[in-house]
Amino acid sequence: MIDFELSDNIKQNRDVMHMLAENFMRPLSREYDEREHEKPMDFFNMVWETQKGGANPVDLGGKASKEEGPSTRNMQTCVVIEELSWGDAGIYLSMPNAGLGGAAVAAAGTPEQKQRFLARFREGAPKWGAMAITEPGCGSDSAAITATAVRDGDHWVLNGTKIFCTSGYMAVEKSEGFVVVWATLDKSKGRGAIKAFVVDHGTPGMTVTGLEKKMGIRCSDTATIVFEDCRIPLDNILGSAEIKTSTEGFKGVMATFDATRPIVAASAIGIGRAALDFCREVLGKEGIEVRYGAPAHKLTQIEKDFMDMEANLQAARLLTWRAAWMMDQGMHNNLEASMCKAKAGLAVTQVTQKAVEMLGPLGYSRKLLVEKWMRDAKINDIFEGTQQINLMIIARRILGYSNKELS
Amino acid sequence: MVSFQPSEDQQLIRDMVASFATEQIRPVAHEADETGNVPSAVVQQAWELGLVQSAIPEAHGGAGDTRSIMTGALVAEELAYGDLAIAMHILAPRLLVYPVIEMGTEEQKKQILPAFSGDEFRAGSAALLEPRFTFDTAELTTSARSDNGHWVLNGNKCYVPLAGDAEAVLVYASTGKPGHENVAGFIVPKGTPGMKVLGREQNMGVKAMETCEVAFEDCRVPAAQRLGGDKGADFNRLLNYSRVGLAAMAVGVARAAFEYARDYAKERRAFGVAIAQKQAIAFMLAQMAIEIDASRLLAWEAAWRLDRGEDATRESVLAQQYAAQACMKVTDDAIQVLGGHGYIREHPVEMWARNGRGFATFQGTVMI
Repeated sequence: MIDFELSDNIKQNRDVMHMLAENFMRPLSREYDEREHEKPMDFFNMVWETQKGGANPVDLGGKASKEEGPSTRNMQTCVVIEELSWGDAGIYLSMPNAGLGGAAVAAAGTPEQKQRFLARFREGAPKWGAMAITEPGCGSDSAAITATAVRDGDHWVLNGTKIFCTSGYMAVEKSEGFVVVWATLDKSKGRGAIKAFVVDHGTPGMTVTGLEKKMGIRCSDTATIVFEDCRIPLDNILGSAEIKTSTEGFKGVMATFDATRPIVAASAIGIGRAALDFCREVLGKEGIEVRYGAPAHKLTQIEKDFMDMEANLQAARLLTWRAAWMMDQGMHNNLEASMCKAKAGLAVTQVTQKAVEMLGPLGYSRKLLVEKWMRDAKINDIFEGTQQINLMIIARRILGYSNKELS
Repeated sequence: MVSFQPSEDQQLIRDMVASFATEQIRPVAHEADETGNVPSAVVQQAWELGLVQSAIPEAHGGAGDTRSIMTGALVAEELAYGDLAIAMHILAPRLLVYPVIEMGTEEQKKQILPAFSGDEFRAGSAALLEPRFTFDTAELTTSARSDNGHWVLNGNKCYVPLAGDAEAVLVYASTGKPGHENVAGFIVPKGTPGMKVLGREQNMGVKAMETCEVAFEDCRVPAAQRLGGDKGADFNRLLNYSRVGLAAMAVGVARAAFEYARDYAKERRAFGVAIAQKQAIAFMLAQMAIEIDASRLLAWEAAWRLDRGEDATRESVLAQQYAAQACMKVTDDAIQVLGGHGYIREHPVEMWARNGRGFATFQGTVMI
């Protein structure tokens, strides 16, 4: 049965997260936007304490296995993250957790690796996990990675420079975290030679050399990490060290995007909803009513814009829920994950731009958070696969083309 | 629990209608558009699927199936995927029958429903739109005046499907002040004095289906002909059903155009490759696919809310607007993918764009 009613469990979670977002995150929003890269540690310590007890609000999801059967894990994640991002997307992105690095370990790690790297997120002081893929010379084309991993006895030796590493600073220098680094075993062998390696905090040869100053999500630290003869144990490789001629291994890594793209979409929607809720409130106070179903000759531009914003945001949300639901059902959702990400990234970029415009001179002012939401929103059309990369994936899927046939 | 999976029953109905649309409707769509005539054979075949009769209570000769807006949306999309004009023709009787089933008095059910429970197609219709630039569903110029146990109707209506053949037309008119709460429906049987079918309209699209302008000049109907009797009927709710139906049909038309353009782009070669291998075309197709799914999900959510008894005006309006815009964009892009060939009537794409343009205009011309 087609149904859009969230389960009671998810609703309860949503309500708790909303309370957190409204009462704890919103009041910190402007301050931590301006104090770029700094963290609201009191709030994070509080979140961390509940999280250690097992209530990790930011579960990065994953495909339901045949043994587990259908779940609501990804749906829950999307709903929760929409709430947290409604509170503040920069703070949500910076929250202490295993992050994308943790998602990679959870998806591709052995039981021993999971224990070694993930158990720490249930104990001690707040920790961060991070993922390092992008390089100065490659972003979306992650197959063009130049960082190298060379075996030397019982170690891998990593060399290269990684940029745009979300929470990289917190993972490497400010906590007992780790970074998952993508590097090639042999540049001449293409995608099959690209592997992911876990580098623990404090490993000699790994240095954070800079933090990006960004348009938005300024609370989040976006690190440049340099690896210089950085030696890590042999068993820190995720998956097999064998270089396959097929792209199977690479596809495995790419598959984590099927889980993370709906999450990014959900975060985007949270920001868009923050802007929409605020506009609704302001319009209401100004006595401007949105007359649904009124004929075109009676509607004002504001009403038309507002309805467009609402419909676009809801369309993005439903596409996102569908992608998450499919993952929960154990269905292949590569197409739908890219659809929701492409839609949500663009929709919230436009919704927040429109919100700034709609609110007149005040919309542009830093007295309000609307301009911040517009700055925060834009990243969602870029990271975890740009708009264009997602369109490419969608196009390949609907046309039945390989990446050779359509690039 | 959130789910995007239609029920087994819905799946069966959808599959049945989908194959009918593909095998029976699509092959005759072009000629129907060119000649302005829906072949009666396909109308009769569609009738035999039971799309109208099944919701009629057993007491009045139907199957007594529970009506579901969600199922209606699934059916509407598939039929429109076949052809919009033929779909609207096939479903036209619902414009009269469904409001009577849901909101009619016992007497009205007895009067109307048995005629539509038989084995042969019977035309029914509704009249809502009016021929003026500032048409507003909340301020109809067609008026209904109470007079000595009768209602007297005055005004002009347009886009009335199958008006000439309809057993009765459900005419929407204002009983007083502006506002949806003052709009009432009146069941006007064929041949009622004062109801004049002025002739067939010539429109940009949906050319195969007959729509007429209809004039009401002191057209008197007994008070009992008011839909729902003295207590009236929920006009806003009927509008919402129609909105969701139109949204679903817009999805069907857009999907037809998308699939045709997609297949063409894989066949057509330029500069040594299929044009689908060029990003300019491939990205356009990807965006079309996103917008089609987005429209469908909005329609589904509105349908789901209506089935739960919610008002859902907001969701229905947004779904219709969104789907209408998306359909316009997708069908236009489909022409663009075909280039010059898209403009040639031999390909169905220009017809879909002409039909698709109507979704912003149509109101109350579809009932699910």
